Amino acid sequence: MDKTLHSLADAVSVIPDGATIMIGGFGGSGAPIELIHALIDHRPRNLTVINNNAGNGHIGIAAMIEQDMVAKMVCSFPRSKDPRAFTERYLAGKIDLEIVPQGTLAERIRAGGAGIPAFYTPTSYGTELAEGKPIEEFDGRPYVQERWLKADFALVKAQRGDTHGNLTYNKAGRNFGPLMCMAAKNTIVQVSELTQPGAIDPETVITPGIFVNGVIEVKNPAQEEVLNLAEAVYP
Amino acid sequence: MTQIDDIKLSNAQIAWRAAQDIDDGAYVNLGIGFPEMVARYQREGCQAIYHTENGLLDFGAPPAPGEEDWDLINAGKKAVTLNPGASFFHHADSFAMVRGGHLDVAILGAYEVAETGDLANWSTGRGGVPAVGGAMDLVHGAKRVAVITDHLTKKGDPKLVQRCSLPLTGVGCVTRVYTSLAVVDIEDGHFVLREKLPAISFDDLQALTGATLHTTDTVGDLIVPEL
Repeated sequence: MDKTLHSLADAVSVIPDGATIMIGGFGGSGAPIELIHALIDHRPRNLTVINNNAGNGHIGIAAMIEQDMVAKMVCSFPRSKDPRAFTERYLAGKIDLEIVPQGTLAERIRAGGAGIPAFYTPTSYGTELAEGKPIEEFDGRPYVQERWLKADFALVKAQRGDTHGNLTYNKAGRNFGPLMCMAAKNTIVQVSELTQPGAIDPETVITPGIFVNGVIEVKNPAQEEVLNLAEAVYP
Repeated sequence: MTQIDDIKLSNAQIAWRAAQDIDDGAYVNLGIGFPEMVARYQREGCQAIYHTENGLLDFGAPPAPGEEDWDLINAGKKAVTLNPGASFFHHADSFAMVRGGHLDVAILGAYEVAETGDLANWSTGRGGVPAVGGAMDLVHGAKRVAVITDHLTKKGDPKLVQRCSLPLTGVGCVTRVYTSLAVVDIEDGHFVLREKLPAISFDDLQALTGATLHTTDTVGDLIVPEL
């Protein structure tokens, strides 16, 4: 078994117009910038993007939005230091937004990967984000029904990976990565170091390879914050 | 009436007061912004363990400028450092800690708090781009959900009200409010005054509060150091 992908362009070339894509990262932490930029080169359109945020500056997801590739964002917090790409299009009615509480977003993705079509959570009960959703009482307290979230593709950044797709992450860059790997039909992961099977101690594997379809090595990946400090623009 | 601006606590002093109620070893989540100040004022000999929603327990002070690791950030997307004993986890586990009742204290800011314990702190309801983040999750599950806030809005209206007028973050979730004038608990749908600044009378405080302040036998003096 070898899930190695040999170029960033090949890795994302399978993503068509209209796809739903989960993109890992919390702000810049764990954001797979190189995969996103390869996707911008490939330029599918009418995408639904699931991420905690909605881009910052003129790189990464913000650059996807600036290139008019994104029809809808599903996220918890579409604000950042420089959210202009999303904000301008949202206020002009050019991009849809599904706002989801952060923990509900994580759990919906987990549920999608775990084969759980819906679950109940106390989060958002009594608020406008619960409108239209089924409510049920358990042990005397009301809970809101939320549905799973799945995707056609996931783009994720990890630290070490082996050719079977086993992954470890870098610090808090882990965030949504392990969940998104589970919840997409085709999970594409960039790793800073690609190794042979056996090089990662099985006790330390965070994402087992069964959740991963392709891995590509990107040594010394860019960090969104560093690019934004340098006022980078892509393409 | 007393000139409120002359006597009210600064944000740092409100944060100091909230910090006095945090026990050694408590698992604590501090909201982004003003609540983060609470960490500066832990009691002598107390070391809380701070949780941040993006997937980290037991983070420490910011690194020196130039030493940032941008994969090591808090929920406010600021660079942090690790304390000995820190751990990383994914987002679903992080919010399991929140909703699952594992945190001892969550401290948040507020636009409005109702006597029912309802909280409004995520949207001013004026349009623009909505953004909720983890606020609606954080108000559920912690053993104590405390709010730190000025007693009044910038316009001088009460922030402690009978019913919130702004979009809700959560229903019946707040257990204690630390304001610039008082410490108020929420019990059985009522505000119960625990402490107030000695410089303000009960009647003046009531006049600046949008719902009835109940009292038990003793109302303590809210005494805070100069900071």
